[in-house]
Amino acid sequence: MHELSIIASIVDIAEAEVKKAGASQVESIELEIGELAGVEWQALDFAWEVGVQHSVLEQAERQVNRIPGQARCAECKSSFLMEQIFDPCPICGSYFNEILSGKELRVKALTVT
Amino acid sequence: MAMFSNFSISQFLNFIPMCGICGCGQPDGKFRITKIGAEHVHENGHSHHEHGHHHHGHGHGHDHDHHHAPHQHAGGKFQPGKTVLQIEQDILGKNNLLAERNRGFFEAKNILALNLVSSPGSGKTALLERTLADLKNEFPCYVIEGDQQTSNDANRIAATGAEVVQINTGKGCHLEADMVHDALKQLKPADNSLLFIENVGNLVCPAMFDLGEGARVVIISVTEGEDKPIKYPDMFHTSQLCIINKIDLLPYVNFNVEKAKEYARRVSHITEFIELSATTGEGMDKWYEWLGKQSSVRSLQSAVYSPQSTVHSPLPIAIGTSPQSAVIGPQPANLAADQI
Repeated sequence: MHELSIIASIVDIAEAEVKKAGASQVESIELEIGELAGVEWQALDFAWEVGVQHSVLEQAERQVNRIPGQARCAECKSSFLMEQIFDPCPICGSYFNEILSGKELRVKALTVT
Repeated sequence: MAMFSNFSISQFLNFIPMCGICGCGQPDGKFRITKIGAEHVHENGHSHHEHGHHHHGHGHGHDHDHHHAPHQHAGGKFQPGKTVLQIEQDILGKNNLLAERNRGFFEAKNILALNLVSSPGSGKTALLERTLADLKNEFPCYVIEGDQQTSNDANRIAATGAEVVQINTGKGCHLEADMVHDALKQLKPADNSLLFIENVGNLVCPAMFDLGEGARVVIISVTEGEDKPIKYPDMFHTSQLCIINKIDLLPYVNFNVEKAKEYARRVSHITEFIELSATTGEGMDKWYEWLGKQSSVRSLQSAVYSPQSTVHSPLPIAIGTSPQSAVIGPQPANLAADQI
């Protein structure tokens, strides 16, 4: 359940930004989370409600952009979609792959009022 | 020391770290740090809505003041009564900054810090007990113990004579960089030393949180499933060394060591493997050899390569086969320790 820790960090970021902007609430928040970032989606949903209680995010609409995992095979250089960190290259079967995207864990934007 | 010299005591006391909570339904996160053998108990409690504002002026350098007012932000789109802030901030950015700060502290003091991660019961503490018993006379060793509750593990470590600080994470399922940062202030590790950070037993959550360690060591035991590496790929993906513990039990369990390694290599192609038994001591020499290679602490290198060393294995290690031993030579370990 590290998802609650992640949410607590998101709340920290939002609180700081709201304060800097002289606003009072976050109307919506846009997150970018990679499929290979180690976040369990159900756990994130479950923990969100508790995690944002009594914070500027309590009423915020949450938008999560899930970024697909992409990798490049170090052997045959082909690029492919990676669903799990240990997926082999679909062309040559090698596990020697470089992850290009999918590890993101970012707050992209906030709409504050 | 130099790392923290720009803080006043009151700043230390006021410093409330970023949230260390996880998995609890309570409004307040709490973690407790206890120096074993000392009277002083430092407790950190904070609400979610307090932290994040205490870091100003601490040199983190990440709180850029772009957003002075709703209408001024360059990346913000103004709508009536609303401002869109395009912030693109890394969610774990604060932890990562603190981890880098710990890393700088370790580098400045020439401390080899290792983050030991595993499921509960893989033998992290037993491995540490044996390691400390073997190495503690050669050079200073320190331990930070992470557990949800109790100081049982820290007491086991303290019994070896090593200095240890216990972090109780409460409901938290992993250590974070700020906890290690606070624990270091109590532990005060000496220069040229070895620091073992025993994370909370959990193969999932600690993977995401950099503590500033020099290397991450994942431990599995042969009483677990050999497919752990692909069941918990994130942890194996981020570890530099995989220790396969309890090999003395191999005749009694259905665990294929080669299969486990093959699974781990699918997830990470940089991981090294050491098979050992912390109970019988078999394979411990390989672990000490690995520690020597990681460390720039000369006494550690010479201790593990020296034929006279008490920690040297009964198995012959060819002097001169490693770059370290070629430079250091087979000096008695005690002499090398005096030379630092």
